[in-house]
Amino acid sequence: MAEFSLPANSKVQPGKSWPAPAGAKRTKNFKIYRWDPDGSGNPTVDTYTVDLDNCAPMVLDALIKIKNEVDSTLTFRRSCREGVCGSCAMNIDGSNTLACTKAIDDVKGDVHIYPLPHMPVVKDLVPDLSQAYAQLRSVEPWLKSETPPPDRERLQSPEERAKLDGLWECILCFSCSTSCPSYWWNGDRYLGPAVLLQAYRWIADSRDEATGERLDNLEDPFRLYRCHTIMNCTKTCPKGLNPAKAIGEIKKLMVARK
Amino acid sequence: MSNTTPSLRSPLGRVRGLGSAKDGTHHWWAQRVTAIAMIPLMLWFVASIVSLAGAPLPAVQAWIASPISAVLLLSLIVAVFHHAQLGLQVVIEDYVHAEGVKLVLLLAVKGAAWLFGGIAAFSVLKIAFGG
Repeated sequence: MAEFSLPANSKVQPGKSWPAPAGAKRTKNFKIYRWDPDGSGNPTVDTYTVDLDNCAPMVLDALIKIKNEVDSTLTFRRSCREGVCGSCAMNIDGSNTLACTKAIDDVKGDVHIYPLPHMPVVKDLVPDLSQAYAQLRSVEPWLKSETPPPDRERLQSPEERAKLDGLWECILCFSCSTSCPSYWWNGDRYLGPAVLLQAYRWIADSRDEATGERLDNLEDPFRLYRCHTIMNCTKTCPKGLNPAKAIGEIKKLMVARK
Repeated sequence: MSNTTPSLRSPLGRVRGLGSAKDGTHHWWAQRVTAIAMIPLMLWFVASIVSLAGAPLPAVQAWIASPISAVLLLSLIVAVFHHAQLGLQVVIEDYVHAEGVKLVLLLAVKGAAWLFGGIAAFSVLKIAFGG
């Protein structure tokens, strides 16, 4: 059956508190999920009180400040700090987003930070995305063409190129897939919104010659049709993309070729 | 479960699994078609029942037996029960992951839809032809 409660060893317990430095006037509590694979304990939520007058504006800035100045064991992924690499995707204030583009001021009250939901946790805020990456690999996200390559670029009309807008911008942070209840319950067989948007990015590409083969690979009650248009993916996407629409377009093509 | 060695199969091998079923489009499309069909059929059915409220039994039987009513009633019965079993199948596949339980529940849902849909359709035909 689907799991509606956490297993006993995953129940989250209260953790340590790290107070703000003396004299801090404007503070905010960051309640952050902690789990150490080398320890034997359950996950905890540690509270870090941060002096906002001495911190840059984004949630990632606070995380880096905590790691540098308060608790160096806090573990998270980050790289570009400007919403391009997708590394710092996590659950902030109840929704999946990028820590680097989420302003601290946009969160009312305490800032609750958890790893991306329903993925195995490597440590603290770092999820294991091996399965999601393998699913991306399975849709073969590269140009497939049997026509001998031209001596120059493969041309597209402006209209054909426009079909890729809203698709190419995806940075594969997997905020959408890990917000999807269908992916939570059936992530072993359902490909999830991030991977289906990538699949559609190549289906929609006029230069690609493997459209039918790509549709064959997706036509499956679980791989594609576990999408029930719940729309969490579109609501949470930190890049403002619409994976639900991309999935709808794939479903339309499935009917169109009947 | 807890004492078995975790699978060492690669993530890509697990994701590819048994391959695509090359199926699902018909199920998805049938669910939409039956949903669209139910809109006018339900409106007609409710309006008819309201207008028949308080009518004597022979009048209701005559209404059911008329060709238009009988065919529309049969269409409504097929759409409702087909749509219901398609939808319940999805719910079971979503939430029930034990293969044995899943199979039993799917058979029970399909059987119940066939049985109750069959009884409803037979009743209409009996009134229509036996009238």
